[in-house]
Amino acid sequence: MPDLPKKKVGLISCSGEELPEGTVTRRAVRKVLETLCPDDTVTLCLPLVLAGGEGERTFARHYPTIAVDGCEKRCAALATEKYSAKPAASIVVTEIAKKCGCGAIGTARRLNEAGLRLADEVAGKIAEETDRLLKKKPGRAVQEADRGKP
Amino acid sequence: MSGSKRRIPVVACSGIGKSLGAAAREAAFILTEDLRPEKTKIVALGLLVLGDEEARREVAGGPAIAIDGCKLACAAAGLGCSGAADVCRVAVFDVLRSHRGLKPEGVCDLNEDGLKLARAAADEAAKIVDNIDAEDGHA
Repeated sequence: MPDLPKKKVGLISCSGEELPEGTVTRRAVRKVLETLCPDDTVTLCLPLVLAGGEGERTFARHYPTIAVDGCEKRCAALATEKYSAKPAASIVVTEIAKKCGCGAIGTARRLNEAGLRLADEVAGKIAEETDRLLKKKPGRAVQEADRGKP
Repeated sequence: MSGSKRRIPVVACSGIGKSLGAAAREAAFILTEDLRPEKTKIVALGLLVLGDEEARREVAGGPAIAIDGCKLACAAAGLGCSGAADVCRVAVFDVLRSHRGLKPEGVCDLNEDGLKLARAAADEAAKIVDNIDAEDGHA
């Protein structure tokens, strides 16, 4: 058998600088990459996708991606679809925030406690989608992280 | 016309893979919130490049500041194709070269050196703001 590259999921956050929800996308994506699903995910740099980075665009053409957007303008999802392929999953922070009823979350520069909790909530959703796309047991990533086995 | 002076748009790369992108993002916040809040404002790179009309109006026809983390200069490229008349660049990796002792780490939470690097980049950007102001005769 040839040694095929492991299937990974690409995470693209909008990182919007104008809204605190943009900061939530960044923090959530980094948590998934560093703690929840370090073996199953990579991050794709949205500015690089937009600026013509062929490596990022090619990855997103051939591997499943999850777009994580701060607001309903959905820059990360739209850019991924425009330059590569439709994301396999799309998460919008304002929609999750509405469901959580978490109120004010701080500023784009500094999230408050509610903002940090929202980022954790979003990270959990991203991990769930990652498990679904890779056909892994649902909730596995969060359970392993809770047991200290990233 | 309202007569109010145009605030200089600031676009940061916000790259998520490296500390230098995070420092670029933090530098944009330091500039627009602490150093020159009356004269500058952040415009989101994603919105701008995807053609959001409001973001494009903010940058059209005047000078703008790009703060980039790496040599790929995505923020400058985004501004360049979005109607900015003059793109003034701050490159965090160049700022790091002139502050060789700094070892920036972290992305969501920059370490102390990362924050110092961001402050140094923001200081460079503030000089650009002052130069633009002086050229406009408003110094």
